[in-house]
Amino acid sequence: MKRRSMLLGTAAAAASTAAHAQALRLHPALADGVRDTAVLDALPGKQPMIKLSYRPPNYESTLEAFRTAITPNDRFFVRYHLSEIPDIAALANWRLRIGGDAAGREIEIDRAALDRLEQVEIAAVCQCSGNRRGLSAPHVPGVQWGVGAMGNAVWRGPRLRDVLALAGVKPGAVEIAYQGPDVGVLDATPVFAKSIPVDRAMDENAIIATQMNGTDLPHYNGYPARIVIPGWTATYWMKHVTRIEIRSTPLASFWMKAAYRLPTGMFPGSPFPTQDNATNRPITDILVNSLVSSHQDGDSVAAAGFTLSGIAWDNGSGIARVELSLDGGASWKPAALGPDGGRFGFRSWSVTASAVAGKVTALIRATSMAGATQPEKPVFNGAGYHNNAIQSLPLIAA
Amino acid sequence: MRKLIITAMLAAAPALAPALAPALAAEPILPLKPGANADLLAQHCAACHSADYIRTNAPFLSADGWKAEVTKMRAVFGAPIDDEDAGKIVAYLVGSYGGGK
Repeated sequence: MKRRSMLLGTAAAAASTAAHAQALRLHPALADGVRDTAVLDALPGKQPMIKLSYRPPNYESTLEAFRTAITPNDRFFVRYHLSEIPDIAALANWRLRIGGDAAGREIEIDRAALDRLEQVEIAAVCQCSGNRRGLSAPHVPGVQWGVGAMGNAVWRGPRLRDVLALAGVKPGAVEIAYQGPDVGVLDATPVFAKSIPVDRAMDENAIIATQMNGTDLPHYNGYPARIVIPGWTATYWMKHVTRIEIRSTPLASFWMKAAYRLPTGMFPGSPFPTQDNATNRPITDILVNSLVSSHQDGDSVAAAGFTLSGIAWDNGSGIARVELSLDGGASWKPAALGPDGGRFGFRSWSVTASAVAGKVTALIRATSMAGATQPEKPVFNGAGYHNNAIQSLPLIAA
Repeated sequence: MRKLIITAMLAAAPALAPALAPALAAEPILPLKPGANADLLAQHCAACHSADYIRTNAPFLSADGWKAEVTKMRAVFGAPIDDEDAGKIVAYLVGSYGGGK
């Protein structure tokens, strides 16, 4: 009797798995475990997004979030490493301490102090290093992200260098390190702490954002202040940042020395002199990439002709062109680019295909202003980073 | 216990002691497959993270992959799991989820 009900349960689970996958339109390359676990779920203040884990919360944006160049705040992806996250009430007492051995002095500032500094705005893509990890072949461990662990927002706040100047940066500084108040359940779990080269922190585009698309940052996107490093992956965009260290030595945290690293020479990326070594190095720059947001795998299109649209982005050189091929890459048709909202942001595009019949595979590739083009195949790596392969989208023309 | 450390870290901002966000309190129970020692996962894994981490990685992780994950949880994240329980947890994961098949 018990065995029978277990079997029935398995059959019911399989049926609901298929239903889930259908409703979510999960990417076909994702593992079966994602298909029977991912659901649409709404965090407070958010529209329903694709829940990959409840605790800590890891939720990716649905495809409709990418139908505009600016990603709406309430559809912007959420990613945490550790489970204990201060609630909004606790964050009302937020303070930022700045110091370190290469700082002129230790200071503590509040939100008003950030607001008093010159405010700048920049559109920039916040993309999780592990975005598309779930598509890796073979699959690799970690949060099984599809294509939605990213977003583009207009970030507003003071420049990071102006904030650092409040404490003073000594000539011997080599890294700026930071952490937030979110922690693990156990005392023994290391706090999520990251660092960047001091030169990157002093760049005019690096800011501490207090606003996102014209309003305060949403709770789960880093309220009340997060680091924004345009062009670099989101692992450096510390949420709720409460501590900044101006350091004369490299940060030796697990999150710098073991995690978020790639084999040296495998991918392009800005140097990180105090963290690079001959074997491996930190992930840094976002690679040129694109995504069709108007259609998904297996969609029907009009045989008389149809229009595909989506977004393209890179690490801030800007997008030079996006192209469509319907003949396996033998010929390419340029897409029309949308308005230029800034070189670090998503660039929208659209392209109309002429008459086709039956099954057709649309290939979409973007090329950056720096001359980088998406590769035909992803470059496999054990962390599942940097999958920027040309999208291959099967469609049915009728 | 975490509260003390955070309070020290944040010095003059003691009100920032972590409080669970409402969404996390409403987390549904995600069943794991039955098997010997499944209770050890509730005891050792569920304290820090929900079971979807296990379920989403389950179809492809090999025995060595599971061993590496459990080792990481102990060595890096400080999970207080002794060698005996760690072995049982890996055996459960491999046995119940197929070990990479």
